[in-house]
Amino acid sequence: MAKVDYEIPELKEYPVIPKLKKDAMAHSAPYVAKEKFQTSLGYAGELVDNWQEVAIAKMGELTTKYRSLSVFLDSCVKCGACTDKCHYYLGTTDPKNMPVARQDLFRNVYRRYFTLAGKLVPKLVGAQDLTEEVLDDWYTYFHQCSQCRRCSVYCPYGIDTAEISMAAREVMATVGKGQKYCNEIIGKAQTLGNNLGLPEPALADTLEGLEEDVEEDTGVAVKFPLDKKGCDVLLITPSADFFAEPHVDGLIGYAKVFHEAGVSWTMSSYASEAANFGMFIGSYENMRKLALRIREAAIELGCKRIVFGECGHAWRVAYSFLNTLAGPFDFLDPAYPVPQHICEFTHDLISKDKLKFDKSENDHMTLTFHDSCNVARASRMGDEAGGQFTLPRDIINATCNNFYDMPKHAIKEGTYCCGGGGGLLTDDLMELRVKGALPRMEALKNVTENNGVTHMAAICAICKSQFSKVLPYYGFEMDQIVSVHQLVSNAIILTKDEDSVIDNEAETDDTVVAA
Amino acid sequence: MSILFAVLFYFATAVLVLGVGSRIRKYAKTPAPLKIPTTPAPTTRRGVVFRMIKELTIFESLFKSNKWIWLFGWLFHMGMLLVLLRHLRYFTDPVWSWVVFIQPFGKYASIAMLLGLIGLLVRRIVVDRVRYISAPSDFLMLGLLLVIGGTGAMMSFVTSADIISLKSYLLGLMVFDIRYLPSDPILLVHLASVAILMIIFPISKLLHAPGIFFSPTRNQVDNPRERRHVAAWAIKLEQK
Repeated sequence: MAKVDYEIPELKEYPVIPKLKKDAMAHSAPYVAKEKFQTSLGYAGELVDNWQEVAIAKMGELTTKYRSLSVFLDSCVKCGACTDKCHYYLGTTDPKNMPVARQDLFRNVYRRYFTLAGKLVPKLVGAQDLTEEVLDDWYTYFHQCSQCRRCSVYCPYGIDTAEISMAAREVMATVGKGQKYCNEIIGKAQTLGNNLGLPEPALADTLEGLEEDVEEDTGVAVKFPLDKKGCDVLLITPSADFFAEPHVDGLIGYAKVFHEAGVSWTMSSYASEAANFGMFIGSYENMRKLALRIREAAIELGCKRIVFGECGHAWRVAYSFLNTLAGPFDFLDPAYPVPQHICEFTHDLISKDKLKFDKSENDHMTLTFHDSCNVARASRMGDEAGGQFTLPRDIINATCNNFYDMPKHAIKEGTYCCGGGGGLLTDDLMELRVKGALPRMEALKNVTENNGVTHMAAICAICKSQFSKVLPYYGFEMDQIVSVHQLVSNAIILTKDEDSVIDNEAETDDTVVAA
Repeated sequence: MSILFAVLFYFATAVLVLGVGSRIRKYAKTPAPLKIPTTPAPTTRRGVVFRMIKELTIFESLFKSNKWIWLFGWLFHMGMLLVLLRHLRYFTDPVWSWVVFIQPFGKYASIAMLLGLIGLLVRRIVVDRVRYISAPSDFLMLGLLLVIGGTGAMMSFVTSADIISLKSYLLGLMVFDIRYLPSDPILLVHLASVAILMIIFPISKLLHAPGIFFSPTRNQVDNPRERRHVAAWAIKLEQK
C-alpha cells in the first residue's frame, strides 16, 4: 500500500451523514483517452473546435433516444431524498457527489438549451451555459459515479443517476473527451476478445496451468476447456478470472462444479470477456459490438447454453441487455434461460442434491457477503424477484458453516458499491476509490467486531480487485476478499474416477505424513 | 375583473392542457431501448401496477429514503388531493354526493397541506445538503403553493368568501358565459396564484406528476430473458 497525501476517512461506529465540503474532490479526474482509442470507437480523436455545438446536439439526440433521460431530466423536484445515498458523497463529502447535484451538472445545461424557463430566466431555475468549466466539471464528477443505482432505489420517481452519467460520458466521448481507462479496454475487448488483451495462446497456456494445479491439488483431472466445439455450456467470464486473486479461485470453483455436474463446457478465446465496458460510457453501439462477440462465439462453438461467471456489471449487461443487444437466442436450448449466472447453475445442482460439500473446509473463515451493486439493483437470478440476494447466500450457506450478513442498510437493494465500479477501477482514481469504499468498510467493520467475520465474499471481478487494493487502507488484509465459487471450490467433494484415484492416493498420503 | 380573470383562466387552462399533453406525448414517443427496472422488480405486468400504486399512494421509495421528507411530502400531497377533490363542488351542480361527504375532511386537509409545505420549506433552508441543491425557483414554488394554500385556508377558517357568486362564475366559465366575480382580494390572490401554477406546470419540475408514470426504473417488468425488448432505432442497427 502506497503512502498517500490525502486523508483516509475514519471508520465510524454508525454511519454519519457528513457536512458538505465544497470542491473536496474537484482535483480528481481520470486520464483522457488518446486519439487512437477515441477514433477506433467512432469518436472524435480530440476536443473538436465546435464542441459546444456538438455536445448540445448530442444531448438533444439522446433525449429523443432514451425515455429515461428525457423523464429524469424533467422530473427531479430537488427533494433531497438521494443526497445522503451515494458512497462517493459519504466518503468524499464533496456536494457535487450528491446524486441530485451530479445530475444537475447535466440538467442545468439541458434546462438552458432545451427548456423555455431555462432559455428565458436561467438564473431563476439554475440553468447554465455549457462553458469549458462546466465541461471540466462533467469530466471530473461523471467520473465519480460508479453507476451503482443506489440513488435510484430511494428516489420517489426512480431517477437513476447512472442513466445521466452514461449520457454525459457519451456526450463527452462524442466531443473528443473520452476516458482513457474505459476506451482502451473497449478497444482491446473489441479486437482481442478480452479487457486484458490476452491473446488465445496466452489464454490456452494459463488454462493448461490451472488444470495442472487443480489436478496436483485434488488428484482429479478437472478440465478448463477452451474453444471446444459442441459443448453444452459456453462459459463467459471476466478475464480477471484467468489470473487475478481471488478471482482465479472462483474460476477453479466453476470448473469443479461443471466437472461434478458432468456437463460439457468450454470457454471461448474470441469472447473471453464477460465485462462490457460499453455500458460505462453509455454507448449502445459499442456495448452491442461486444455483446455480438458472445453471440458469434456461441454459434461458432455450437453450444446449447450460455453461462456467465462472477461479474457485476457484466451480469447486468448479460441478464438485462444481452437478449436486446444480441438476441434472439433461438438457436440455444430453450429449456434454459439465456444467459444463466454461474450461481444459478450451481444453486440448481445444490437444490437437486447433486453436489456434495465438506463445509469444514471453510471453517477457517467466518464470512459475510458483499452484494455487488449491479447484480443487486439491475438484474435478477432465478425465477423470483430478489433471487439475486438469496441464491449467492444459499450457496455460501451450503458451503460454509459461519456466515453473517452486514447491517441491513448496507446489503441487498441498499448495498453500497465497492467504490471501483462503472469504469473507475483505475490507478489514476485511487483516492476516489479509497474514499468511496468507506460505507462498505464501515459495514464490514461492524460484522468483524460483532460477529467475528474474517472474510467477505463477492461475485464481481471489479469488487474483488477493488477490495484487494483498498482493504489495507482501512486496516484490513488484502486477502480478506474471496470469490463465492472459491468457497464452493474449497468445500466441494470431487468424485474421483478410478484411474486417477490410484495414482494420487499415494501422493495424498505422503502429504499427510509430511505434515 | 371578471373578464380579466376569465381570460387568465382560459389561457392557463390551455397552457396546462397543451403543455402537459405535449410533454406526455414526448415521453410516450421516446423509446426506452433497454430494460432498466430498479431491481428487485416485479416479473409481471400486474406486479408493476401494484408497484406503481404503492409509489403513487404511499410514496414507497421516499419512505425507504427519508422519513422526514416522506412525512412532509405525503402530508402535502394527500392534503392537496383532498382539497382538490373538495373543490369539485365549485364546478358541479348538483354537487356529487361523495364530494359533499368529503367537504369537512377536505377543509381540514388544507391544514395538513400547509404543514407539509412548511416542513419542506424548513428542510430546504435548514438542511445544508438540501439548501445546496435548491435553486431560487424551488423556493418560489413552495412560496406559491403556500400562498394558494394559505389564502384558501383563510377563506375557509377566518374570513368567508361569496361562495355562491364564485360558483356561479366558475360554472359560467365552463360554458363560456362570463358572470360576476366577487372582488374579495384574498379570493383574487388565491385565483391568480392558481392560474400562475397552471401556467408554469408544463415548464417546471411539476412535470414529476406525469413523469413518474413514464419512469422506466419503476414501470418496466423484469423479464428481459423471457421477452426480447428492442427499440425501433436499435432495430435499424441490426439491419445494417
